[in-house]
Amino acid sequence: MNLKPETLSKIDEVITHYPTKRSATLPLLHLIQEDVGHLPPDTSEWVAAKLELQPINVLEVITFYPMFRQKPIGRRHIKVCRTLSCALLGGYKTCATFEQEFHTHLGEVSPDGEVTVDFVECLASCGTAPVVMIDDELHEKVDGAKAKQLSDQIKAEAKKR
Amino acid sequence: MPAPEQHRIIFKHIDEPGYTNDIGCYLRNGGYEVLKKAVSRKPEELIEEVKKSGLRGRGGAGFPCGVKWGLVDRKSGKPIYLIVNADESEPGTFKDRYIMHQDPHQLIEGTMISCFANNVKQAYIYIRGEMPHGARILEKAIAEARAANFVGPNILGTGYSCEIFVHRGAGAYICGEETGLIESLEGKRANPRIKPPYFPAVLGLYQCPTIVNNVETLCHVKYIAEHGGAEYAKIGTPGNTGTRIFCVSGHVQRPGYYEFPAGTITMGQLLNDVCGGPLPGRKFKAVIPGGSSAKILRFGERFKGKRKVGTELVDYDWGVEDVPMDFDSLGMIGTMGGSGGVIVMDDTVNMVEALANINAFYSHESCGQCTPCREGSLWMKKITSRMVHGQARNEDAALLKSVADQIPGRTICAFGEACSWPTQSFIAKFGDEFKQYPETKKTAKPVDAVALV
Repeated sequence: MNLKPETLSKIDEVITHYPTKRSATLPLLHLIQEDVGHLPPDTSEWVAAKLELQPINVLEVITFYPMFRQKPIGRRHIKVCRTLSCALLGGYKTCATFEQEFHTHLGEVSPDGEVTVDFVECLASCGTAPVVMIDDELHEKVDGAKAKQLSDQIKAEAKKR
Repeated sequence: MPAPEQHRIIFKHIDEPGYTNDIGCYLRNGGYEVLKKAVSRKPEELIEEVKKSGLRGRGGAGFPCGVKWGLVDRKSGKPIYLIVNADESEPGTFKDRYIMHQDPHQLIEGTMISCFANNVKQAYIYIRGEMPHGARILEKAIAEARAANFVGPNILGTGYSCEIFVHRGAGAYICGEETGLIESLEGKRANPRIKPPYFPAVLGLYQCPTIVNNVETLCHVKYIAEHGGAEYAKIGTPGNTGTRIFCVSGHVQRPGYYEFPAGTITMGQLLNDVCGGPLPGRKFKAVIPGGSSAKILRFGERFKGKRKVGTELVDYDWGVEDVPMDFDSLGMIGTMGGSGGVIVMDDTVNMVEALANINAFYSHESCGQCTPCREGSLWMKKITSRMVHGQARNEDAALLKSVADQIPGRTICAFGEACSWPTQSFIAKFGDEFKQYPETKKTAKPVDAVALV
């Protein structure tokens, strides 16, 4: 595991928040995923050693929570809300638009490596449906046209790089 | 009758131009004055005020907050923990998001008052993983409050100390269930615990007495500490005190969040007057009144019975539009007020497809611990999904009902009920649509039809 020094210091700090080290499992996994982009294969062993657990105690957590991923994703992560309120206002079309724009399928890295599109459950912003999260940013009222516009924006940013 | 005016006490500053989420703005608006007064009072007095207020939890179950606090084991000698349930994830619910993003100090002040009242030395805010900004905003707000001595050691020179940490979830709905949340906070899979013996008030976080309160509930506590329980109880109706925030989504002209004195507004006033009615050229067909697990109501059906008004029993005969939006009235007509998430569907929606969407959610979110829920939610999803995408059969409605009926009461937590109520109620209210679905599928869909699953 090759983590940035600031990640390592954040890890040591967050462990002090809890009376038992095991409680820091989720925070550590978040920090590693933010640093590396995903949870590499040695994550379970590394976290287990850090928190004095068995690797299975960590692996079972990684596989339970949908936000933890064991494989790399595209440079940008597009999460479209699938649940009822968003679906009622066109969430499925929004999702399909992103898939078409990046020639990709749900859960896969797009051929240009730019994005991974996921269809996720309720993002708790049902009043501004359909909603989409791109990395940490919430985008509201994303109909097909706005999905196209956001896709163009991502493509333009990719070109600049 | 026109709808009453909004009465914003929790959402007072939400969307207010110029209002920012830093401590300076909060202090300019009278922030932390209530905490300053509260820490000079006896903790028992504060608990008494909350009991007097009649405050019911805003997370979904509507359990009286004062009773919850009264159940806490204070004799064990173990530390008492308080957990803020900020895992807002019941589909249709989006109120806590705005409190945390726009007015985080209101939550922190309410939390600190509740901690002081219950002699809590350590609190955690469990925020859902999909709100990374919310987590950062709360962390910054806690740091500001700590610097101002409202959080941390020796608060305001009283000798009382209490720390708050933010803990992020990672996308699992079941973490909203309080014992699942506790397991998750302990660093495990969020498999809910069986009650008894694991009542959080006695054997909660780290097997210590624990209070788990919703974000909005704790903001109400702040208001109660400021104005007194008796004053608070004057807002709303007896048994449903204070205000309620309704989150309206789906097919209405003006979806959004609206705060009203509890029990003073009817479904019809909320949807027609406040939210502007149905979209042009459409008619309301159905509404789910309290988050997606609440039982659905069909426009056109009527509810008759007797209810208590004061000490008298009076007859009621309501259409969906006439139902007062409070815990008890919605309970009487066989559904629930839940978390205040109102999802509206109009006449363009096919109920089989809407149910297939909901079933996909619950089957994805079942923790997998109890067989009836793990398998049942999956089967219900597979059946409704096959009806939509594959072959629909005449006997599907009966099959769905038989699966749904075998889940509730046979699981460790209330998810069993939550995942079966949609299927049970959709089939009870829209059974005709399920029976006709094999025929419906033969007719071509309008080109602008919206896919739900």
